[in-house]
Amino acid sequence: MSEITVHVDGTPRRLTVDTRTTLLDALRERLGVTSPKKGCDHGQCGACTVLSGGRRVLSCLTLAVTQDGARVVTAEGLAAHDRPDGERPAGGQRSDDDGLHPVQRAFVDCDAFQCGYCTPGQVVSAVGMLDEFARGWPSAVTEGTRPPRLDRAEVAERMSGNLCRCAAYVNIVPAVQRAAAESGTAAPGAGVAE
Amino acid sequence: MKPFEYRSPADAAAAVRSVAGNPAAVFLGGGTNLVDHLKLGVAAPDLVVHVADLLPAGIEELDGGTLRIGAGVRNSDLAADRRVRERFPVLSQALLSGASGQLRNMATTGGNPLQRTRCVYFQDVTTPCNKRQPGSGCSAVGGWTRHHAVLGASEHCLAVHPSDMAVAMAALDARVRVLGPDGERTIPFTGLHRLPAGTPERDTVLEHGDLITAIDLPPLPLARRSAYRKVRDRASYAFALVSVAAAVEVRDGVITDARVAFGGVAHVPWRAHRAERVLRGAPATEETYRAAADAELADARPADGPDGGNAFKIPLLRRTLAATLRGLVREDAR
Repeated sequence: MSEITVHVDGTPRRLTVDTRTTLLDALRERLGVTSPKKGCDHGQCGACTVLSGGRRVLSCLTLAVTQDGARVVTAEGLAAHDRPDGERPAGGQRSDDDGLHPVQRAFVDCDAFQCGYCTPGQVVSAVGMLDEFARGWPSAVTEGTRPPRLDRAEVAERMSGNLCRCAAYVNIVPAVQRAAAESGTAAPGAGVAE
Repeated sequence: MKPFEYRSPADAAAAVRSVAGNPAAVFLGGGTNLVDHLKLGVAAPDLVVHVADLLPAGIEELDGGTLRIGAGVRNSDLAADRRVRERFPVLSQALLSGASGQLRNMATTGGNPLQRTRCVYFQDVTTPCNKRQPGSGCSAVGGWTRHHAVLGASEHCLAVHPSDMAVAMAALDARVRVLGPDGERTIPFTGLHRLPAGTPERDTVLEHGDLITAIDLPPLPLARRSAYRKVRDRASYAFALVSVAAAVEVRDGVITDARVAFGGVAHVPWRAHRAERVLRGAPATEETYRAAADAELADARPADGPDGGNAFKIPLLRRTLAATLRGLVREDAR
């Protein structure tokens, strides 16, 4: 057993965990934070995606003990207006009047889901991905070293770690593009990684 | 999952001491493979020593131009590094063709080459597997072999190494810096992994307690014209059926130098020295690409299986090699 403190959606949460506990199980079963979903539990579906230290990761393949002191943001925390630590929501974007993060708003507006089980993971993954894109990170379909446009192929490749058994991809891709356009990250040359 | 003790030591030397002192101890890097194995019962350590946060997480340029990649550098950071993208595009492309955005944010430079095979029998503890349980037999022999080896396999193991990054590293003459109980040493990347022969339980030449601390990329000017081409069952987020890492230098229509390695076809990232020898000094033509494939694949042996086996990998690899070289030669002519 190990005692750890994890900052979850802006709130420090102290708990004692068995060393075998994944971050996903700690969030869902111990802390009642159920927006990260258990899909495959083997790193193959992306439903458990959270941000840790601002980066999208799979909480099912992360041992909770490695997250002592980490700042974890789930789909629930993306939309927070005022967080106890005064931080801006992850992704650096303000939530709208409905309390939705722009990526969540875009998913609603584009009808980018059916059953919704993969959606929290999709949304968190998209927030992390847009931040990566803004920093100029390439993808497997990016040609050369020039910043790409966030076209269909780029979105599909960058979001390929999030599976949707309803196959709502046809609306997920435009939702991600809409969120990108609204946040200004869709423009080529938005950032170049050094 | 079997209970285990967890330690997060202050430095690499302490981590090496911890693991070396306990035969049932393991290093934990990004966890993308080991945590899955803990769940599957493929790994059942007594002690897990977390090293991802204590290893160097920067890419340093040494005198003479070598890039020293800290073992803690995440795959996503390595792929995005401007120097890597310009000088070693094959490495950036290989990294980006592997796994997903989330997994690349977790996976480390030191851990990636040490990931285990994705052979379904290795991952299923209810089936015999010489790699998991020496002497128990190989379920892939006579079993499903679509994802198995055609080069360098043995009757004891048909598994392939799953890493894309490692294929690029093998082609680029990278060197691996290792810290062990007796101090530091450097080994060529192509000498890190080993063929299965009669001891498939050993993936690499590393001894228990050895920790990769960095991977060095010496300057290789021809690598500016390099590429990674991966063929798989779906467009993204899948392991290679076959892959090719290649770099070529072309002058007046003649290939003056080349580096080639194959993925998805062997127990190791397969450096294609025979193909390189054919390419060097030969005209950049389809005939040359075919001859290079012929030379490297002369000893290739497909495996049968109820799924139709993996004989398809040999012509697929020929075409993938030709397509990769053709693309690089065109790029070189621009």
